Amino acid sequence: MDVAHVGHAATAAGTSLWTMLLVFMLSTFVGFQVVQNVSRLLHTPLMSLTNAISGIAIVASVLIAGEELSTTSTILGGIAVAASMTNIVSGFLITDRMLKMFKEREPKK
Amino acid sequence: MNAALVENLTHGSYILAAGLFIFSLRWLSRPQTARRGVLAGVAGMGLAVFGTLLHPEIANYLWIVVAAAIGTAIGIPLSRVPLTAVPQRTALSHAFGGLAAGLVGTAKYMLWTGDASITPFKSGVIAIEVILGFLTFTGSLMAAGKLQEALPTRPITFRGQNYVNFALLGVAALCGIGLVFDPMQWPLFAVIVVLSLVFGVMLILPIGGADMPTVISILNSYAGLSAVAMGFVLDNMLLVTAGALDGSSGLILSLIMCRAMNRSFTNVLFGAFGQVAVAQAAGEQKAVKSATAQDVCDLLENATRVVVVPGYGMAVAQAQHRVRDVYDQLSKRGIDVKFAIHPVAGRMPGHMNVLLAEADIPYEALVEMDDINRDLPQTDVVLVVGANDVVNPAARHDKSSPIFGMPIIDADKAKLCVAIKRSMNPGFAGVDNELYSADNTLMLFGDAKAMLGEIAKALTGSGLGH
Repeated sequence: MDVAHVGHAATAAGTSLWTMLLVFMLSTFVGFQVVQNVSRLLHTPLMSLTNAISGIAIVASVLIAGEELSTTSTILGGIAVAASMTNIVSGFLITDRMLKMFKEREPKK
Repeated sequence: MNAALVENLTHGSYILAAGLFIFSLRWLSRPQTARRGVLAGVAGMGLAVFGTLLHPEIANYLWIVVAAAIGTAIGIPLSRVPLTAVPQRTALSHAFGGLAAGLVGTAKYMLWTGDASITPFKSGVIAIEVILGFLTFTGSLMAAGKLQEALPTRPITFRGQNYVNFALLGVAALCGIGLVFDPMQWPLFAVIVVLSLVFGVMLILPIGGADMPTVISILNSYAGLSAVAMGFVLDNMLLVTAGALDGSSGLILSLIMCRAMNRSFTNVLFGAFGQVAVAQAAGEQKAVKSATAQDVCDLLENATRVVVVPGYGMAVAQAQHRVRDVYDQLSKRGIDVKFAIHPVAGRMPGHMNVLLAEADIPYEALVEMDDINRDLPQTDVVLVVGANDVVNPAARHDKSSPIFGMPIIDADKAKLCVAIKRSMNPGFAGVDNELYSADNTLMLFGDAKAMLGEIAKALTGSGLGH
């Protein structure tokens, strides 16, 4: 079949487009499964935790800011690093702060 | 270190990070393990950053450190906002996620057109990344502004609005297709950036306050999808995985929110809820029965089962701690007190639970709508505090009501219902509530915090008398 070649031709660094799509499909599926099991009680912490996880954009931003290929790209990358870092720091901290508040009933006297 | 080893270390840490993110969400499923989930998330993020910093392409760490320090300096105060402001913080966070995606896409486009290494495939994916990223950026800023009430919360509409919006997005998409055919056409790229930024603003303009929980969730999934697109641009599986987790979480939450309001996605985004309602509000005033705090105290004392229905009005009045006082007093007497939590109570998914948890109410007492509805016919007193539309029986039978079909908490089915309200003004959605004029409803007029304080005081007093 030719599809695989199309995929290879399409992306530069070697990972096949089809592999990427497979990863996307599987991760979405796993995401659906785990998130569906999250208690409604915790939907606000869930959203702030995924906010923090979306700070993963830092892995891309760090490279652009650090490569210093052009002034503009370094500035754009730097802003992106700051934005992602904000999400990481505030996301994890506030999730933990909220989760600490969820307490079980004290045992009956 | 040799290059192959570095490469393997990077990939290894990325895979571990992806696994930790999945565990992080998994552990969040129950309050008992949830904090472990945060640890897993932090570990995953740490590994991901470690793996990235190993990259030999990084020529200078200075700007990375400076930017990360700035991010931390903004992030720490953002994590300490009052819990009523968590929805705004979340919206801001979506905005930052969108901004990062948009800027990375822009930087990559400039670099790749600079050395002419861009391919049609790459420019197409960058277009998607940039559209999603920038529309999430301005859209979320708008949402944050509306939640903070720095912007008017009423829907802002004009004739042909939807056509204008579709046209904006359509032109941006056409430019994206143009870039696939000729990636070097940078003016097309500039048009995409501008249109996406404008589209984000336009998308949120017609959305009213009542729809914010849904909109925040939708923006969450857009932010996730923009990270996925970034992963495709950069051939980075970790970005694809983490983005997909974020995106699917946002999508599930949006679906839950839509179901809880009996609305469709398109209806939320293009329906301008709250507009229709204004015309409806001018109905005839029906007779209501009002009570005093002492009456309510007596009623509560003689109940065996009490359900509190909290709404955002409770948080606005800062009455959570008074609610907790009443809860304590009643629990002490052996009265069973539960809280009925509607999925859209508050301004974001799950918001009410967090607000009550902060007031030290144990989470076993917080019950979801479907579970509590089964118990309500056997409940002696339902106490409605700052909730309105989510207890309006019109949603069940009045086809002309804008909230018709929305699942509600059946407060009217309890033996007695007490609603604390400042006045008879209609709620957020601007709809009259027939619960207040029902035969088994008593109204307690006044500020929720003050009234609950009086009830708690009366309960304490009568407790001493026994």
